[in-house]
Amino acid sequence: MQALRLSAYTLTTALGRGVEPHLAALREQRGGIVKKRWETVEFDVCIGEVAGVDDITLPAGLAAYDCRNNRLALLGLQQDGFAAQVEAAKARHGAGRIGVFLGSSTSGILNSELAYRERDPASGSLPDWLHYRETHNAYSVADFVRKHFALSGPACVVSTACSSSAKVFGTAQRMLAAGLIDAAIVGGVDSLCLTTIYGFSSLQLVSGEPCRPFDAARDGISIGEGAAYVLLERADGAGEGEILLTGVGESSDAYHMSSPHPEGLGARMAMQQALQMAGLQPDDIGYINLHGTATPSNDAAEGAAVLTLFGQGTPCSSTKGHTGHTLGAAGGIEAIFCVLALREGLLPGGVGTSTLDPALPVNYLLHNQQQPLQHVLNNSFGFGGSNCSLVFSRVTA
Amino acid sequence: MSTATIYLDGLSVLGPGMADWNAAAACLRGEQPFAVADVSLPPVTALPATERRRVGAAVKLAMATGFAAVEAAGADAALLANVFCSTGGDCDNCHNLLDVLASDQRLVSPTRFHNSVHNAPAGYWGIATGCTAASTSLCAYDATFAAGLLETVTQVQADGGSGLLVAFDTAYPQPLYAQRPIPYPMGVGMVLSARRSDRSSAALQLSLCNEAASTMADAALEQLRQTIPAARSLPLLQLLAQGGAGRVVLDYLDDCRLAVTVQA
Repeated sequence: MQALRLSAYTLTTALGRGVEPHLAALREQRGGIVKKRWETVEFDVCIGEVAGVDDITLPAGLAAYDCRNNRLALLGLQQDGFAAQVEAAKARHGAGRIGVFLGSSTSGILNSELAYRERDPASGSLPDWLHYRETHNAYSVADFVRKHFALSGPACVVSTACSSSAKVFGTAQRMLAAGLIDAAIVGGVDSLCLTTIYGFSSLQLVSGEPCRPFDAARDGISIGEGAAYVLLERADGAGEGEILLTGVGESSDAYHMSSPHPEGLGARMAMQQALQMAGLQPDDIGYINLHGTATPSNDAAEGAAVLTLFGQGTPCSSTKGHTGHTLGAAGGIEAIFCVLALREGLLPGGVGTSTLDPALPVNYLLHNQQQPLQHVLNNSFGFGGSNCSLVFSRVTA
Repeated sequence: MSTATIYLDGLSVLGPGMADWNAAAACLRGEQPFAVADVSLPPVTALPATERRRVGAAVKLAMATGFAAVEAAGADAALLANVFCSTGGDCDNCHNLLDVLASDQRLVSPTRFHNSVHNAPAGYWGIATGCTAASTSLCAYDATFAAGLLETVTQVQADGGSGLLVAFDTAYPQPLYAQRPIPYPMGVGMVLSARRSDRSSAALQLSLCNEAASTMADAALEQLRQTIPAARSLPLLQLLAQGGAGRVVLDYLDDCRLAVTVQA
């Protein structure tokens, strides 16, 4: 593929707002998962909650979009000078030549959850304050971001569960390759809601303690929330040290709705395709940011796939122990962790993991390592057997 | 700037008064008067019995639409990259979850939860067909059909192979129906290919523009076009039904429309 430049990027999670607190948390191997009561959930739950989301006020003209997900979306846009970079890209390319492709799994469904509690006892009708289109509909966050920047190019939300905001990189890459756009805002936003807290709990996939990816005693995920954005443009003339998207691999398990293929067949295909597109061999990859959700079956399948393709040598870790599983935002957030790894030569050791699973003898990092990196791989896998792997590369002299 | 020329190898429609593509084409050519009729959704016989019991109207609609397009193309479903696009996914399932979460017990069904992901129909499609190719699921509210067509065409252009588009929409029950009134379920399927074959019935090129969207002369069809996102495809389907060359502008986003140039 034609490589794409990451002209700007930012992320907001339980670790903080923008790149700096994330880099600090990676360096200190500090996580942001807290056990607490959230909203009206009747049990304690370990979550990676973003602080201050409810203090965010949407611009008056976009008030109908007000919901936790779009508040988090706006909070995320305000970090790291990202908005200024979008404005500059708009001046360079024109508002109609910038696409908006974002991932989300649950959008602003929390508003509908709240509204259903307030249904009129007689008629069953929903309260007037609910704006379904602007909040709950899956397209909400891309619509909000596109309108916020007054862009007029193509847009959609990709919603493939936990691979959503990795797959948008592929959507943007193909749209750029077809010449329909010159830049794209990609990434994802997902926020806490009852649907995922009760839903994952019903599947017995939520750990009672902060999650422990690839640990022998791992017993489930911790749900998180976050926002991540990347501005993608063609890489003509990219200079030393710049970070490029060089490979995208996508596959389907064709196996089960909520369990991965036990040998990680789909995961392996996605990784292979990403490498192939980047023109790389497994040995070229210096670090893998695993999907690593910390459920017994997910990590076993991914571990098997990584072992088959990379053997036991390639350093890898999951950053879900830092942020929690941010679901539809995870691909975008972890893409930026990959960028930081490349930029800083920092291979992050996992958080929450103490005793590695002997059945998964990959080179899972329990401690940070410092070494120059040129190519890294990011894995994102979701319900419905949706797999996506991305390769990011640092331009060297 | 236009996309490369992409070939249409198979087409399917399942909607009100349109039991299949032949019935739809007759209406679109004006040979038969269009009359709304209920949409009958067949069971998904391609799924194992355990999975078949778990799927509702949205998955049935998506599956039937997809299989009909694949059959029309004489293609192997297992080999087609696929794009599933829908404004609301499985709306019945979503309503049920919201209802349960608003109740005292909050006994969420694990099956309901995993069926709530927007890509549930795509997941079931993979299980039914054994297709391990790339699959995506997307939404752009009323712009969903054009977004899905763009995604499929650029996917096919990028990988040089063939791909399946399944656009499908169903309605929420009340109370959400009041906020998103979709009068009938409707599905539109297309198998698109980077290379012309003896199955190819038309050649398509897409470009973005800001012209007004093409409309339907028939009031009832125009009503469908305006109220069902998948039916935003009707001007293109009409041009294809007429079998000739031409150009239509599909409704997409407020300030960005999708022009489709068709050659026989």
